[in-house]
Amino acid sequence: MPERETIGDVLARRGVSRRALLKYTSTLASVMALAPAASRAMADALAKAHRQSVIWLSFQECTGCTESLTRSFNPNIGDLIFDVISLDYHETLQAASGFAAEAAREAAIAANKGKFVLVVDGSVSTKDGGIYSTVAGKTNLQLLQETAKDALAVIAVGTCASFGGLPHADPNPTGAVPVSDIVKDKPVINIPGCPPIAEAIAGTVAYIVTFGKLPDLDQRNRPRAFYGDAIHDRCYRRPFYDQGLFAASFDDEGARKGWCLYELGCKGPVTYNACATIKWNGGVSYPIQSGHGCLGCSEPDFWDKGGFYKPLSTNTGNDAEIVGAAVAAGAAVGVASALIARHRKRKAQTAKAAAKTEGQP
Amino acid sequence: MTLLDVARGPALEFAFAVFAIGVAWRLLSVLLLPWATERSAKRPGTPSRAMGAIGLFVRHLWPAGPFRRNALFITLNSYVFHLGLAIVVFGLAQHIVFLQNAFGVSWPSLPSGVVYVVAVITLATLAAALAHRLTSPVLRLLSTFNDYMSWFVTAAPVATGLLAVSHLWAPYETLLAIHILSVALLLAWFPFGKLMHSFLVFLTRSETGAFYSRRGVEI
Ligand code: SF4
Repeated sequence: MPERETIGDVLARRGVSRRALLKYTSTLASVMALAPAASRAMADALAKAHRQSVIWLSFQECTGCTESLTRSFNPNIGDLIFDVISLDYHETLQAASGFAAEAAREAAIAANKGKFVLVVDGSVSTKDGGIYSTVAGKTNLQLLQETAKDALAVIAVGTCASFGGLPHADPNPTGAVPVSDIVKDKPVINIPGCPPIAEAIAGTVAYIVTFGKLPDLDQRNRPRAFYGDAIHDRCYRRPFYDQGLFAASFDDEGARKGWCLYELGCKGPVTYNACATIKWNGGVSYPIQSGHGCLGCSEPDFWDKGGFYKPLSTNTGNDAEIVGAAVAAGAAVGVASALIARHRKRKAQTAKAAAKTEGQP
Repeated sequence: MTLLDVARGPALEFAFAVFAIGVAWRLLSVLLLPWATERSAKRPGTPSRAMGAIGLFVRHLWPAGPFRRNALFITLNSYVFHLGLAIVVFGLAQHIVFLQNAFGVSWPSLPSGVVYVVAVITLATLAAALAHRLTSPVLRLLSTFNDYMSWFVTAAPVATGLLAVSHLWAPYETLLAIHILSVALLLAWFPFGKLMHSFLVFLTRSETGAFYSRRGVEI
């Protein structure tokens, strides 16, 4: 695509009508809770916008995030904008490999210096100089530092890039850290999830392309439009939670009646994501609708929170052992203090008896 | 580690350990004390020690005649409070899964709405108990840090639990964390303050009962 071609030109060439574009921007506007008038403004801005260069780097990851984006049930204009119009370099999706791929990355950086958006999926290995994950002889750490230097902004896609994710799980053998631990001088937007919802990835990029600014972010640097509400607050099983009707196993009466999954370890109340509203596979369903509790995958350290099936109101430590040892220790102190009391009593009695004998004529 | 992770993990671990050490220590140090030598002769016709203990326990479930007027409010308030607290602790589904996780036993829960109403009543009885303590000149004079602290560590979990279920004021994860931390505080304070009466009341009342009955005291 020529550099000066607008997104509208590309979409027209690909047979996307203005009506379809408006439909997309109105969906996006409603998902991102923008004013109704914003959808038209967005469509106009998007049509006139020049392409935003995007460079995508993959580090310690499973490719699930790319899968989520490209295998979304119904590839939509969002994907098109993201994938076709903007993506200059994506290690997994591009045809080039080896030295040609590296040359392509360097060329893309050079051509868009200071203007491209860097997308990262996967965490960054830092232990032993980051040798646990390398591409073409360069560590992820080097690649990130080198590329982020010339980027406009960085988008960390997926929980690994956002919070360290699975590679960061205890005992974190590779010293995995999130992108935001390395990139300090650029805005870093986190789009966590394992994987994130395709609409959240495409929508955030579309927002930046359209408005030329970053979306409103929460305290974990997640776009509020997609991560503003807890799953629990939008969950259709919530009325059962409020009434105290819980499934106790995956195949009991409660489970069949669609009751709340809190007792089965659902992390919906402490997880911020759009699964309950946008849903997955083109809006078909989401984990809780399919009968499984939320794993909390868009939150930091979701892997190390005491177990997916442990209810939120339970303790996570190994308390039986601790209590056993503590009872033994307490009992020892108790016995010792009773023995001291007995000893003192005996001593006092002996002293009294002695005093009595002495006092006798 | 988030606040909730700290609360569910290390904070509860610490609290359980302190609770277990303290309770074992205090109970054994009392139970293993040498018995006081009986210096008086047993009154003829008085019941056995055990019967004397049980008799007094039952009689003291309600204040005796001369004290009834003055003690009526605090007795009734205490009953409502203790019953309410038991319903809240053992009736809410979220609590039952906690206890099941700890002890392996489980029972059916009460509807959440019922538990919420009971929790509000329980909190009201706690407020009334504090107001009574602060307004009664004698009680105020007798009150120490121990009394206020024991009140606080009991009232805090009830109040924070109500906030957590109503999702008011802060996000659920923060409220749940504060609620669990308040329970941890209660557990850690329990053996060393007046809350230990949950165990010791059986020892003290029984011993008083046995003592009274031997001497023919009937209050
Ligand atoms: S299923 Fe999970 S998210 Fe839904 S109401 Fe129950 S606890 Fe909340």
